[in-house]
Amino acid sequence: MDVKDIIKPENLVYERTKNLTDKALSYCPGCGHGVVHRLTMEVLEELQITQDTIGVASVGCSVLAYEFMNIDMTQAPHGRATAAATGIKRCWPDKYVFTYQGDGDLAAIGTAETIHSCNRGENFTVIFINNGIYGMTGGQMAPTTLPGMKSSTTPYGREVELMGNPIKMTELVAQLPGTYYVTRQSVHTPANVRKAKKAIRIAFENQKLNKGLSFVEIVSNCNSGWKMTPVDSNIWMEENMFPFYPLGDIKVNGELVTK
Amino acid sequence: MGELKLMKGNEAVAEAAIRAGVDAYFGYPITPQSEVMEYLAAEQPHKRTGMVLLQAESEIAAINMVYGAASTGKKAMTSSSSPGISLKMEGISYLAGAELPCVVVNVVRGGPGLGTIQPSQADYFQATKGGGHGDYHMLVLAPASVQEMSDFVKLGFDLAFKYRNPVMILSDGVIGQMMEKVELFDPIPRCTEFNEEWMLTGKTADREKRVVTSLDLDSAKMEKHNLDLVAKYKKMQENEVRYEEFQVEDAEYLFVAYGCSARICQKTVKIAREMGHKVGLLRPITLYPYPSKRLNELADRLKGILSVELNSGQMIEDVKLAVNGKTKVEHYGRMGGMIHSPEQVLCAFEEFLLK
Ligand SMILES: Cc1ncc(C[n+]2csc(CCOP(=O)(O)OP(=O)(O)O)c2C)c(N)n1
Ligand code: SF4
Repeated sequence: MDVKDIIKPENLVYERTKNLTDKALSYCPGCGHGVVHRLTMEVLEELQITQDTIGVASVGCSVLAYEFMNIDMTQAPHGRATAAATGIKRCWPDKYVFTYQGDGDLAAIGTAETIHSCNRGENFTVIFINNGIYGMTGGQMAPTTLPGMKSSTTPYGREVELMGNPIKMTELVAQLPGTYYVTRQSVHTPANVRKAKKAIRIAFENQKLNKGLSFVEIVSNCNSGWKMTPVDSNIWMEENMFPFYPLGDIKVNGELVTK
Repeated sequence: MGELKLMKGNEAVAEAAIRAGVDAYFGYPITPQSEVMEYLAAEQPHKRTGMVLLQAESEIAAINMVYGAASTGKKAMTSSSSPGISLKMEGISYLAGAELPCVVVNVVRGGPGLGTIQPSQADYFQATKGGGHGDYHMLVLAPASVQEMSDFVKLGFDLAFKYRNPVMILSDGVIGQMMEKVELFDPIPRCTEFNEEWMLTGKTADREKRVVTSLDLDSAKMEKHNLDLVAKYKKMQENEVRYEEFQVEDAEYLFVAYGCSARICQKTVKIAREMGHKVGLLRPITLYPYPSKRLNELADRLKGILSVELNSGQMIEDVKLAVNGKTKVEHYGRMGGMIHSPEQVLCAFEEFLLK
């Protein structure tokens, strides 16, 4: 049998979404960013809303997200993505708007914008990649860095007495009346990838309801910043990140999920 | 004749925003310009034109809301006063870098720091020389009346979209707070066509994606972008210089002043002329691009120039650059919210230029 005999529409089991460009990802091999890009772009295609979607890239490793996402996108200053998204969504209430932000961007320099966009109930989607570190600038401590965790600015581990506590932004925004859907997911196993995709899909579908902000945290690895192999970083994430940042829905349909 | 009204400068800005078909205003309160947002809130612009009005959590958020809205081709504006404008500077740099249109109003108060809520012209450097990081310029309009506070909102958006560049209306606490008669222009409907190739509207299958960004990690491409910006600023210098002259024809001495200082100098010119001194006034209307050419021409026959500004001497640098040593250039100005009287300007003229 020739290859040509196999490449037929009826044999197609998987196709890359047209919402991703041909450009090779600039992310380190093993990094979760690429998977989340793919899931987000697949969701837009499946919901058939690409032509009505405007994305906001932030500052961090994903600053060039617009190079890989084949959709209309703007690029906001460090921390200000949700403010830019507010400007877009308020002017275009019928468009689907989302931000794609790291933990430094969303939970440190952009804390005020994050909290107030959530609290105002801006009707867009936030995709929040929490890798516990500043990936792009070379692995410095992030607001999400775990106690004892090493980074280039906490070479002996984060000392909480000196450097403060890590912040659980997702639990925090879930308390605000303006958030409608708040969830924490991961993309380190096929099962988690499927769950994360479902969450991202809900977060976009919610925009039709006009009931507030949908917030999807993805606990992700930064194998380069953590100075681990991709596989080790995933194990480390399971053993250290998940106990502190437990996966699952925190708020659904505007109601806190009681555990 | 358009509708006549007695208004504060800040109110005129707000009314003009609605009439100019502005899509969105994002602001944060600060004296002496809070009336802009207050007037808009009372007018309910969403009912009049569908215009969005939102009080942001900070000036930083407000300018970035402008950035987002402008990315989609909407007419977006914000206003503030000096400390708040400092916070907007990163955003303005991004807007300039990404070549987005918008109008930013600065009703200047005294500084540095928290300074004073009283009028000042101490933000000239910040407005005309950059203020934010990187090689960029805003196009800067300096209103000297409530009428111009209204007119320049419309003109500002025309220029902002013509050059895809942020425009600053550099006002001051006097012009913002004082009441004058203003003839309001007829309302322009809000734009509903967003077809230009830079505007984000959602990627359809029949076109390439659109990206708004100020970033290019390829230095050669970034330099090309910088050169394109330089070419744009040169075009502004060629086409957009605006100024007004008052009794300049036979002048031997010249005041150069903008905004409220120009109003004061106009009076001084009258007094000085009654005393027999041939004095004129050049009022730059655009502070960037600056009327350098005209000043250079005039300098050939002038015995001296007094740059009158409510600051320690900022615009004087542009005056000096323009006249390039051809004539004597001096500065006079009060600070900290103090405002020079026409007589004080006259004394300065006598002391610095006549003696
Ligand atoms: C105003 C400003 N301050 C600092 C920086 C430098 N900077 C770039 S990315 C970054 C941190 C990004 O970390 P994060 O948001 O966690 O994203 P990641 O790279 O980990 O995906 C910083 C501090 C900047 N670009 N702008
Ligand atoms: S530095 Fe970290 S977050 Fe950035 S691409 Fe590499 S692994 Fe991913």
